[in-house]
Amino acid sequence: MELLGYYNYWVFAIVLMIGFYAVIVSNNLIKKLLGLAIFQSAVFLMYITMDKVEGGTAPIIQAGVTDQIYSNPLPQVLILTAIVVGVSTTALGLAIVVRIKEAYGTIEEDEILAQDRPS
Amino acid sequence: MIIIFAVFLLTLLVITAIGIVRAENLFVAVMLTSIFSLIMAANFFILDAADVALTEAAIGAGVTTVIFLGALSLTAEREKKVDVSRGLAICVVVATALVLIYATFDKPRLGDPEAPVHQHVAPWYLSETETLIGIPNVVTAVLGSYRAYDTLGEVFVVLAACIGVLFLFSARREKKNDNTLNSLTSPKSIGLQHHFIPRVVGRILLPFIILFGLYVQFHGEYGPGGGFQAGAILATGIILFALLEGEQRALAAIPSRALLWMVAGGAMLYSLVGVVGLLLGGNFLDYSVLSTDPVFGQQIGIILIELGVGITVCGALLSIFHAFAARENY
Repeated sequence: MELLGYYNYWVFAIVLMIGFYAVIVSNNLIKKLLGLAIFQSAVFLMYITMDKVEGGTAPIIQAGVTDQIYSNPLPQVLILTAIVVGVSTTALGLAIVVRIKEAYGTIEEDEILAQDRPS
Repeated sequence: MIIIFAVFLLTLLVITAIGIVRAENLFVAVMLTSIFSLIMAANFFILDAADVALTEAAIGAGVTTVIFLGALSLTAEREKKVDVSRGLAICVVVATALVLIYATFDKPRLGDPEAPVHQHVAPWYLSETETLIGIPNVVTAVLGSYRAYDTLGEVFVVLAACIGVLFLFSARREKKNDNTLNSLTSPKSIGLQHHFIPRVVGRILLPFIILFGLYVQFHGEYGPGGGFQAGAILATGIILFALLEGEQRALAAIPSRALLWMVAGGAMLYSLVGVVGLLLGGNFLDYSVLSTDPVFGQQIGIILIELGVGITVCGALLSIFHAFAARENY
């Protein structure tokens, strides 16, 4: 039971590294962005894990209830805005990928590099 | 009981992530990302983060998937197979994962009330919000008032990203300049009208999605919700309309020029609330001076800036969606 308290962090580490693996290994630019999105989600999971308090509930104050424990609102605020910013930056990355496809005719990294190399 | 469910969901999360990396068909990978986001939202909910779960479900599972699919239709659906040795990459990743897992043993256990993160400002937020701001949802209070600078910055990042996408897509392609694709008979403009079931189900769902979006916007001070979630839910509803009835009809309902005004207008409304506070003798984004009663002033300020956030997020997500959709017609 004591070890289960760390399970969230282990999943964070594993998912983070799966995303990182996708970023460094894939040649396809969209796959790289998917890996980046996984990486980002893992960080979100770590922050939200930190907000939990044993026996707590969502930080919405209930009128008339006095001895209720509430979870920490601060990590939630940070991540809530980060999710929205995350989708905007992902969209920007995808727009760049679409323009690369239009300019080079491919989104595979090795083919793009081969075209750029002076022959 | 809940811990078993949490462990199950987290394990599912890892499996889905591996599935995304292994999928060669990018369409499959994007769909798995949508599932990944839903599982993540369920995890956030278990961890008491109702606001974040709502955001992740609306944005991660909804909007991100649609934008990825839009990009896929403009590029390639399949990943090219490459035969490179991945031994080094796997070694690096596994080593880093082991170091990270080793480091977690120094972290406080999940739910530990003595953890440093719970000792600093959080107890003050929880105890003082009721007297200083007078709204039940502490997340909205921190987002809208205590950390309003931060949120203003995030809104401007969304604005900047939207402008960036529109700039990148403003350059026209040289080829295929004929307007035949733009005519009303192209598959893009009729949407899914010829599919009966999506159309009927979509029509039934649409009013409720919009209503729920407005509820989340205006009830965000009392329950989970606020401008970010509401903007995303409203955008999802309108994107559904665009998919069902075609781009042209969605753009006829809300023209892209109006969307641009929304993106800029929401951010301007937010900044304006701050400037009005300055003119009334307070600090920038200090809402206490907006009314004679400081608590009521805080509430006015939060409602106004949440409205600004909602308008900007909705406008930005829709502009980005339309930019990707319109690109195909060039």
